[in-house]
Amino acid sequence: MALTLYEKIFNRHVVREDNGTYLIYIDRHLVHEVTSPQAFEGLRIADREIWRTNSILAVPDHNVPTTGREKGILDPISKIQIDTLDDNCKKNKLMQFQMDDIRQGIVHVIGPEQGSTLPGMTIVCGDSHTSTHGAFGALAVGIGTSEVEHVLATQCLILKKFKTMLINISGTLGDHVSAKDIALHIIGQIGTAGGTGHAIEFSGSAIKNLSMEGRMTLCNMAIEAGSRAGLVGVDYKTIDYLKSKPFSPLGENWEKAVTDWKNLVSDKDAKFDKKIEIDASSIEPQVTWGTSPEMVCSINDKIPDPLQEKNLSNQKGYQGALEYMGLKKGTSIKDIKLDKIFIGSCTNSRIEDLRKAAGIVKRKKVAKNIKLALVVPGSGLVKNQAEEEGLDKIFINAGFEWRDPGCSMCLAMNADRLEPHERCASTSNRNFEGRQGQGGRTHLVSPEMAAAAAIHGKFVDVREAS
Amino acid sequence: MLPINKHHGIVIPLDRANVDTDAIIPKQFLKSIKKSGFGPNLFDEWRYLDHGEPGINPKNRELNPDFILNKHNYRDGTILLSRENFGCGSSREHAPWALLDYGIRIILAPSFADIFYGNCFKNGILPIQISDELTDLFFKKALSKIGLNLTIDLEKQLIITDDDKYNFKVDEFKKHCLMNGLDDIGLTLVYGEDIKDFENNYYNQYPWLTK
Ligand code: SF4
Repeated sequence: MALTLYEKIFNRHVVREDNGTYLIYIDRHLVHEVTSPQAFEGLRIADREIWRTNSILAVPDHNVPTTGREKGILDPISKIQIDTLDDNCKKNKLMQFQMDDIRQGIVHVIGPEQGSTLPGMTIVCGDSHTSTHGAFGALAVGIGTSEVEHVLATQCLILKKFKTMLINISGTLGDHVSAKDIALHIIGQIGTAGGTGHAIEFSGSAIKNLSMEGRMTLCNMAIEAGSRAGLVGVDYKTIDYLKSKPFSPLGENWEKAVTDWKNLVSDKDAKFDKKIEIDASSIEPQVTWGTSPEMVCSINDKIPDPLQEKNLSNQKGYQGALEYMGLKKGTSIKDIKLDKIFIGSCTNSRIEDLRKAAGIVKRKKVAKNIKLALVVPGSGLVKNQAEEEGLDKIFINAGFEWRDPGCSMCLAMNADRLEPHERCASTSNRNFEGRQGQGGRTHLVSPEMAAAAAIHGKFVDVREAS
Repeated sequence: MLPINKHHGIVIPLDRANVDTDAIIPKQFLKSIKKSGFGPNLFDEWRYLDHGEPGINPKNRELNPDFILNKHNYRDGTILLSRENFGCGSSREHAPWALLDYGIRIILAPSFADIFYGNCFKNGILPIQISDELTDLFFKKALSKIGLNLTIDLEKQLIITDDDKYNFKVDEFKKHCLMNGLDDIGLTLVYGEDIKDFENNYYNQYPWLTK
């Protein structure tokens, strides 16, 4: 029978089935400081052991400061969480990249970077953007803390089968249009609940042409389309990327693995529950204007009129969003002035993202009205690489701040945040109310669009501005 | 886990779509390493006029009188009614912990975000998907002067009003666990031998994955 990639991976991991509920074996468990303490506490209370410590890779990322690390963590509550993670890892002999480790970074950046994300794996993390790892032909899903505890204790997750959706993106992307724009465009089309209950596989020529980093950006945002898992089939790029990564298999095992991985694509006649076609050449640089990623349009558009919305509850949502965002219908996106710029997050903080953004700001200056422009690399290794290439200088000379790796202003759990009413062009993934700081106003864009916005102090079409 | 069998309570009508987990419990409260105590900060940014931080005594804060949870009729509510895509956003389990800590045991909405939906069951909250029509009807009643009281009978899968009964769907296994207050881990560990057998085969077949 012809199978989808999702089914192939799922089927390999079934320990048992009971009436459509499956016990699924988990290969890799990524752990960070925010969603794990209660899980470790639960184990302790119930006197349970960790089933397979080898499956775990832990890293602090959400709370870590991005400046002045030598002073330690000043926020006492953040410190407790990070110390608790250290403690739990030490007691249970788990592999952890601590804050001062060069390999530390955002959990979804370091997994692939280390080769701890491999094709065919089931991967979980107490974080919804775990979908990122699906770029490698892995089944990667975000889980809640109870599930973190469940995986720690049993190495398994209780799952139902997802439905399957294929999004085929044919054609070629225009210059300066990126995976981020594809992701936002798709969410604009299908809505933030469009993928609910489905595993979304991305295919087509535009996906083939994306780098692994671009594919990660796209799968990362699958969750914003409501889907717990995004997937891309394995090809030579996947295999090239993983070659000689620290955790990747070696020698004979590598050969065996590659032979197996090559089958990790959907069969030709595989049936999907839903199929969507998108023409890549029609995608323009995207900018969100509201408080949900589906409230998005192209750079050359105007802010829509809520009253044009047929669905009454959408209408109310749009109105509320415009009020919160301090925007009016009919305003050109290009007339929106900005206060802050954030280049970072598990969506867009990898080396290619930084290279592209640096390409735009090179020999230019951040506009006067921009109060703060931040670049926060996804990991210590990304930061190192960027510094070797001189990207840090380009950013610093332009007036950006060059920080240490972490989640930073993606969710503002550390000191990096927006003040009320401040407006930010952000390469992160969520523009919810208060996400980047209470009352803060977030516009999601690609790294190049954020860089161009920094230079001009407002949104511009990066295709014209560069 | 607190079991649910029959639940009777007042409905709180929260008339919004896409209520996300950031709104349910803002991120500054996620820094706690405990599972309890989040109730006073449920919907913090909507519920209070001032900005909340962990450690501030809620008694010293200014309530937003316009927010539904603060209105007299709904203060003792235990059933939350909302619009589509409830619980979207981050997978933080602090959201159901906060709802539960506040006293919410049932959530009614036309649709839920997947992860949140699953997280509810694991924490003794029953999310029930209801039709758009029924949502509208319940909103109308709950917002009226007399308000809306409901009885939820999980065993019979019924929502019972004064003059009507409505069926709802729920996964059998989840229902069984919720009714008996059973914890997933204990249930899974019953199959410990199966997991070990699986591992033996699995690592033979995929030798590059190390146990
Ligand atoms: S960068 Fe943002 S979205 Fe990604 S894991 Fe960190 S907080 Fe979550």
